[in-house]
Amino acid sequence: MNLWTLIAATIAGCYAFKLGGYLLPARWLEHARVRRAVELLPVALLAALVVVEAVAEGHHIHLDGPRLAGVGVAAIAIWRRAPFLAIVILAGLTAALLRLAS
Amino acid sequence: MNVTEIRPDAAARRAVVRNCLGVGVAVGAYGFAFGAASVSAGLSVIQTCLLSLFAFTGGTQFAVVGVVAGGGSMAAALGSGLLLGSRNALYAMRLSPLLQVRGVRRLVAALFTIDESTAMAIGQREPELGRVAFWWTAGSVFVGWNLTTLLGAVGASTLGDPTTLGLDAVVPAAFLALLAPRLRDGTVERRVALGGAVIALVLIPFTPAGVPVLAATGALVLAATVRPRP
Repeated sequence: MNLWTLIAATIAGCYAFKLGGYLLPARWLEHARVRRAVELLPVALLAALVVVEAVAEGHHIHLDGPRLAGVGVAAIAIWRRAPFLAIVILAGLTAALLRLAS
Repeated sequence: MNVTEIRPDAAARRAVVRNCLGVGVAVGAYGFAFGAASVSAGLSVIQTCLLSLFAFTGGTQFAVVGVVAGGGSMAAALGSGLLLGSRNALYAMRLSPLLQVRGVRRLVAALFTIDESTAMAIGQREPELGRVAFWWTAGSVFVGWNLTTLLGAVGASTLGDPTTLGLDAVVPAAFLALLAPRLRDGTVERRVALGGAVIALVLIPFTPAGVPVLAATGALVLAATVRPRP
């Protein structure tokens, strides 16, 4: 699979989920377990993505100081309920400045 | 008693529209981060913009480029992206009776079915306001998200090395920001998130890139350990 196939498949798959919801009978939603599972899926996936993006370098766990500091600053900003743009800018700025300084 | 649906007055509509436009502006900020992250993962500006235009679902887009950036296989990237996108089917099922759309409008409504438009639509007291909220939120998010995706992508491709810019810290920070509101929802969410994080961390050295993220869905069994709220 190359990048173009990945993009086409992502677009097709995402649209199929969205349109499928309008075509399926609403009573499927009455299965509480199905609904709960789909609600919780993003929680598990996002948590895993945070970890992988923060510490993984391919197969290895690689603890990069500036990157981790950036994520740490982001965590504080989130805790202080900063807006999204401030959170990502602080993360990037922290990592970039620490690299510049070293 | 005979209750008829009262048409919301113009002031109520204006208030809803104003809120929806605010959501569009706020979400635009994510677009910059996505555009920049996507280009630094190796996608072209056009590929990045196509994802924002036609996949149009932020979490999925971030996941796909995140797995690609991490050296994961295309299949793993697609798998985590589609798992994240599956929730839009549930949103569509909830919106369907409210929007009552057919034909071309249904095709557009489907594309527009995302976290923000659903939340704004089902949060309104009257169905008419719900429909107003859906279309205005979706429209403003669509414009904001795609404009800022383009700007972020062009910006990152002209500025060069993503590590110098600290973009490698921006991606996990963005995921954390997307996750945080859900952690505030309750114990089940926090337990599932912790489980997912631990599964991913443990698997990183032993599995191909991308697999730890997919395997983290196993943390959903932890939901069964918490007694559901009545």
